[in-house]
Order: sequence, then structure tokens, then C-alpha cells
Amino acid sequence: MKETENKDKFLHEENKKREVTAPDGSIIQIDPMQDYFCDARPQVQEPYKIKIVEKFLNWARSESIWILGFGTGCGSIEIPPLVTPRFDMFRYGVQMRPTPRQSNAFIISGYLSVKTLKRVIRSYEQMQSPKYVLALGSCTINGGMYWDSYNTINRLDQYMPVDVYIAGCMPRPEALLAGFMKLKELIKAGKAEKANEYIENLDWYKANQKKIIKDWNMPDYNW
Amino acid sequence: MEFTVSKILWTLLGLFIVLNWGLIMGGTMRKIVARVGKRYGIPIYQPYIDLIKNYSIRSQITHGVMFYLGPVFRLSGGVGIFLFLPLIIGSNHWSNFSFSGDLVLILYFQFFGMLGMALGAGEGGHPYSVIGVSRGLSQFTTMEIPLTLAVISMAVQYHTLSIADIVAAQQGGIMHWTMVTNPFATAAAMLSLLGALGHSPFNLVKAPNEIPIGPPTEYHSTFLGVLRTNAAILHVVEAALFMNLFFGGAENWGIFILKTFLIYFWSVFVGVVFPRFRIEQSIRWFVKIPLVLGIIAIIVIL
Repeated sequence: MKETENKDKFLHEENKKREVTAPDGSIIQIDPMQDYFCDARPQVQEPYKIKIVEKFLNWARSESIWILGFGTGCGSIEIPPLVTPRFDMFRYGVQMRPTPRQSNAFIISGYLSVKTLKRVIRSYEQMQSPKYVLALGSCTINGGMYWDSYNTINRLDQYMPVDVYIAGCMPRPEALLAGFMKLKELIKAGKAEKANEYIENLDWYKANQKKIIKDWNMPDYNW
Repeated sequence: MEFTVSKILWTLLGLFIVLNWGLIMGGTMRKIVARVGKRYGIPIYQPYIDLIKNYSIRSQITHGVMFYLGPVFRLSGGVGIFLFLPLIIGSNHWSNFSFSGDLVLILYFQFFGMLGMALGAGEGGHPYSVIGVSRGLSQFTTMEIPLTLAVISMAVQYHTLSIADIVAAQQGGIMHWTMVTNPFATAAAMLSLLGALGHSPFNLVKAPNEIPIGPPTEYHSTFLGVLRTNAAILHVVEAALFMNLFFGGAENWGIFILKTFLIYFWSVFVGVVFPRFRIEQSIRWFVKIPLVLGIIAIIVIL
């Protein structure tokens, strides 16, 4: 009971329960959190049973990594050089996408403030499986220079599963490219199944996320 | 026009060739754009891998029936143009299902895919989709006017609305091409082609770093795969349509590939030179230069 009260307190005005007059004059009740959002629990997406098909698809997935254009911390300044002639990630099949729906890889570029973590979770859950997370910089591993900050998280893997860590403060774009190569190896070997891991341990991740995000005003899983 | 099994098989083979040529041409163009920016760029087979990747995404979410039908409408728009477009002159196998009024039908099909996509993207519910749709429809409507004027000018010139007849009338050397006999109509149509193919000065519909990718914002996995398949087909058939109307058609597949490549390259060439227009600039530009050229084409031919 306490949790629902808490939830309603932080809801935006447009998401609160209210009465609306329909065009024909009748009064109807709407509850946007129930009516507008899907509350189904996500399912584990199994790989293909036939091994050679899955291997071929994994090769295609590894050669066409679309990263979400979302910079979270100071490390996001290391991503733009990747599209310049000097580093040029396009030759490895790595491309930027502006929307989470079309992306496969999420670069958490540096420290994550609590406010950003909420947006990161929303974006991550909107990406389609299989999806991969690259954690850039030491801030995502142990908090780095922000380890005692009041407003940043210290360990990223308590909130979402991470495929590849790229250590450094900040790692150079070459390190990021090396991270992509490592991710490719993992995908080709069929070991990059962290999206399913997230679904399997959803309750644990959600508990951790809700412990940090006090003003939780979104659906439990953002479809 | 005859519907025999062999005719349908030849048409499907033509669709297969056009799809593959579209993917390779798209990759080549992106490579060229990368070289202009002194980048190494993608491998030219990257569009194939992207397509396989998109079709192999494991999960899909939907927003409703129209969301499903949007890419289907878009694909039928592209394939519809292909079906009524003669590819190779005088060839029985590669003339598809062209008939005497096919030019009007093709102009209609150009808009059909747009409208289907607009309905689908609207049901996606993303605000950026709606902005992209409103921009796309207004730009496309403005772009259609000079194109239609050019087509009317040609219909008056050749006394026909059949693409096969227009191509046949242009045979016998470069001096018989519409490009030479009706330069104003060609200029108006080639400028409106820039808007149809959506490269740089007129790419504000999908402007990736302004409104995240516009109408297809919510489209992913198989939906996006269908849209990409359609884009590959559509780019080739648009170029083939202009090749047939203005540049004398193609006698064989070699000339087909060369001419469609050059016509598509025209929009890429303009794209790497000029930066993006805002929507009001783009519409004003279409109403000023191509529209005036189209009106001149009509006046000259009458």
C-alpha cells in the first residue's frame, strides 16, 4: 500500500488517475499507467536451436553493431571522434542510431548520476533483444573519482548487465574500438546473451534500481 | 500485357536483380560519401549484413494494426512502381507489366507508400515521427508539382502516357533523348528528384541528428528490415523511371546499371556539396526554381 502511495506522489500530472468528459458527454475514468503502458512481464528470447543458423546470425549481428547515440557522462566526448577520419568506426560495421528501438549496443560513457540512471534504464529496456552494454571508464566499474559522490552510482552491473568493460579515466577512442572488437568476439562465440540474463534476474535488478531511484514514476518495465 | 507463369517468374527475377543492385548501389554511395569526408567508410556489402541483422532481431513490439501495415504499404509502393516499369527497351522478359497508362499509375504509387508510412508512423505515437511525417508529406507534395508539370509537358510532346512508348520515341542517339529535346522538363524533374531521393539538402524528413530519424523512429527489427528492403528497390526504380523518361532508357543490363548509378549519383553529389535545408527553405526552393522551370516546359511545348 505504501509503495503505491509513493508511486502516485511522483507521477506526472498527465499520468495521474482522473475523470475525463468524453465527446458524447459521458464521464469516463482513465488511469494512464494502466491504460497507456503495457505491464506484461518480458520473456526470455531463446537463440535458434539449429546451431549453424544461430552462428550465421551471430556473425551478422557482430558485423553490424548499431550503437545508441546517448552520452551519459564525460566519456561521451570520446564517442564523436569515432566517426571522424582518424578513428572511423564505420569500417568495422559500427554505426550510430538515434533511437533505442533500432540500436543493439549501449555505451554507458562514464559516471551515471541517479537522474541519468533512470533515463538509461528506460532506453535500455526499449532496445530490442539481443542487446549489448559497453561500460566505458572506471566510473562504471567502481565509481572512479566519483566513488563517494552523493549523486552517482558506483557499480553499473548492479543495475544492468554489462558485456564489456573498458577501463581507464578516460579511455581513448582506440580503447573504445578495442572494446568493440572484444564485443564482436563475444557475439561470435555466442556469449553475449546478457539481455536474457537481465530478464532472468529482473526482480533483483528492479530491486536495486528502485533502491537508488526514489522518484520511480514509470512502469516497472518500459516496453 | 499478359499474365503467364513465365512472365511472373521473369518479373520476380527482375525484382531480385533490382533489389541486389539497390543494396550494392546504396553501399557504394555511402562509401563515396565516406571518401569525400576522407574516411575509409563501410564495406560495400554492409547493407546486406544490416538487412540480415535486422531480420534476425529476436523481439518485436507493436503499437497496433496500422503500425504493422505501414512498412507493408511502403514496400507495396516500391514494388508497385517496379511492376509497371519497363526495365529494358524492347525486351519481352524485362518489360514487367507496363501498359499504356502506366506513367500516371507510377506517379500515384510514389505517393501511396508515403501515405501508408504516415499512417503507420502516426500509430507509433512518437512525437518525432509525427514531425517527420508532416515534414515529409509537405515536402513531397511540393516536390510532386514540378515533376507532374514535367510529365505533362512530356505527355504533350510525345502524345502518350505509356513509358514504353516514350522510351521508344527517344531511340536513335543522344540527340533524341528528352534531355535534349525538352531540357526544361528534364531540369524541373531532375531537381524534384533530389527531393524524392531525400539526400542532403532535402533530408530533413529523416534528419538523424535533429529529429531522431523521423517517421521510422519506432520501427525496429523486421519492420525496419522491410523498410530497408523497400528503400533499396525504390532507389533503383526511381532512377530507372527517370532513365526511361529523360535519358533514352537502357538497351541491356550494363547500360541500365550505368545510367541508374549516374542518376542516383546526381542526388548524392548534390548531397555532399550542400548542407541541409530547413522545411520552409526547402518548400520555398521547390516552389521557386523547379516549379518555374516546369511552367516554362509547359509553355514551350504548347
